[in-house]
Amino acid sequence: MMADRTLPRLSVAMVLLLISVTIFAVTAIATGETAQFSLQGVTGLLQRMVALGLVAIGQTFVILVASIDLSVAAVISGTAVLASWLMGGDPAMIVPAVALCLGFALAVGLVNGALVAFAGINPLIATLGTGLILQGVLSASYGSLGGAVAPVFQQLAYGSLFGIPWSVLALFGLALTMGGLLNRSVLGARIFAVGGNPDGARLAGIRTGRVILTAHVICSLFAGLAGLYLAARVQSGTPWLGRDGIYDLESIAVTVIGGTLLAGGKGGVAGTLAGVFLFASLDASFNMLGIDAFLKQVLRGFVIIAAVAVHAVRGRGHVA
Amino acid sequence: MSDAMSKPRAARIAINAGLLLFLCLYALIVLIQPNYLEPGLFMNFLRRAAPLVILAAGQLYVILTGGFDLSVGAVVTFTVTAAALLTNGDPDATWPVIALLYLMGAGIGLFNGLVVAFLKVPSIIATLGTMLWLNGLALAWSGGAARGDLPENFRNLGRFQWRDVALVGTLPMAVLVLVAVLALLWWGVHGIGYGRRALAVGDNPRAAELAGIPVGRTRITAFVISALAAVTAGILLGGFSGVSVNAGVGLELQSIAACVIGGAMLLGGRGTIWCAVWGALSLFALFTLLNLLGLPQALRDSIQGLILIVAVGLTAWRSRARN
Repeated sequence: MMADRTLPRLSVAMVLLLISVTIFAVTAIATGETAQFSLQGVTGLLQRMVALGLVAIGQTFVILVASIDLSVAAVISGTAVLASWLMGGDPAMIVPAVALCLGFALAVGLVNGALVAFAGINPLIATLGTGLILQGVLSASYGSLGGAVAPVFQQLAYGSLFGIPWSVLALFGLALTMGGLLNRSVLGARIFAVGGNPDGARLAGIRTGRVILTAHVICSLFAGLAGLYLAARVQSGTPWLGRDGIYDLESIAVTVIGGTLLAGGKGGVAGTLAGVFLFASLDASFNMLGIDAFLKQVLRGFVIIAAVAVHAVRGRGHVA
Repeated sequence: MSDAMSKPRAARIAINAGLLLFLCLYALIVLIQPNYLEPGLFMNFLRRAAPLVILAAGQLYVILTGGFDLSVGAVVTFTVTAAALLTNGDPDATWPVIALLYLMGAGIGLFNGLVVAFLKVPSIIATLGTMLWLNGLALAWSGGAARGDLPENFRNLGRFQWRDVALVGTLPMAVLVLVAVLALLWWGVHGIGYGRRALAVGDNPRAAELAGIPVGRTRITAFVISALAAVTAGILLGGFSGVSVNAGVGLELQSIAACVIGGAMLLGGRGTIWCAVWGALSLFALFTLLNLLGLPQALRDSIQGLILIVAVGLTAWRSRARN
């Protein structure tokens, strides 16, 4: 499609895509649930991707600059609680509430980015810290921050265009935009440069701190979007929405499954989305097979290890 | 060799920071509740802190080699649930079950280590996977709720105390276990060559390999030790908190945080067993302090997060000032 640099990246995505489709199709045929192949079934499958997909797109950006973000779960819960509290069921409050929620996510991203890029704090610890701070404040204020989103706002989760849910369209639209940003913009080139070789990037005149900060802001904003989507879905956000969904660790897992290196500098949005698609098809398949929730978790754990092992095992270097 | 000469010095400074933090926090506890100065209450503090200290000391092995072990919390949960289901209140079963638990722990650690060393899966992903499947297994086995019962002699490991002991008043068995485990883990890092090999692997695996260090074996050992420490912590926790499917929730991040607060460097290259000890004791003193202050449970998370950022920020700032 483009230069050869994107070729191996696409192939990880393609392989994941083929495996996911095969798993889904084989399970649907084996269990006789051929209704899954209708437009409704397929869009249902795609809708499973939305929340994790949004978070994972953001997570891809921070991992590409060799950082990581463990605070996304708290940001999701925070925006969901804020959205339902600020709206209070009033459609007139939708715009200000969304603006404030994204402002909150932006602020968290700035703090994370500043701690990592300028205070030199290990990203794992910095974002674990900000996540804990947010989670504590959220849980403590639970009860005083009640409310529900406006009914119109729920169209975001339940409305559709020509039978395709808005949220799915939004996810793929945003994924295309961010993929384009990574592959065709100066910022994208800088992100790959900073992640691949920070010292080299600095010597080349790139202000590495700013690039890392930008990646963190993008990540938090996408977590905020996921929070807004979940708020629209559940109507009234709770402080445990993000944590219960394990969005922090799962977004990291799908990003790495999609071929993005934890060490930074290599990867992309296409692979990440394919990783999310793998998770969604597995989830749908487990449901068709009627596997119970606990066993589902066991299988999920092994799938994460196996999916990363498949392409990591060929690497010649050491990993930690 | 000059690098090797400067390393102990850097480590010593880090030790002092963790110890200092612990002393400050404990002094604050004493200000609020003066009887924490009594040896008996201090022993009780140590008893309750023992599982976290042991977990952190095990986690330190993995951190030294440059990795993380996110599965220790799940190992604790699995230990507690498995112990309750396997013994089911039968005191004769205690010792065989404990032996079996350690065997399972070794197996889990071996699995993590093999996946990291040979399948080259980054440890954060490998142990996250283990965390998920192990938690799922514990839930599936117990049916999602605490079942079974721990016999008295099993629980005593965590809660038995000798009374009227000279010098310290009461002596909890958990403190003896803590001292014994720490002595063993100290010996592992500082008494034999293993610690230096682990540091070399964490610092630069390629260089370590060229220097003839068995990188894979060093890594696998670290994961096995971490899992065995987690089994020990689980046995103690089951003793004084009883059976729960949430026994280990959050402990993985607490144990990593403890090592970092104590001055160990994430991604390897620096750290001593005292980093884990003082870091874990500081963290536990913080929990105790917040408890005494009567803060809502939720805000404790916030303050823990703040302390974490400040402690690591100060270390980063100091190391930059030194260079």
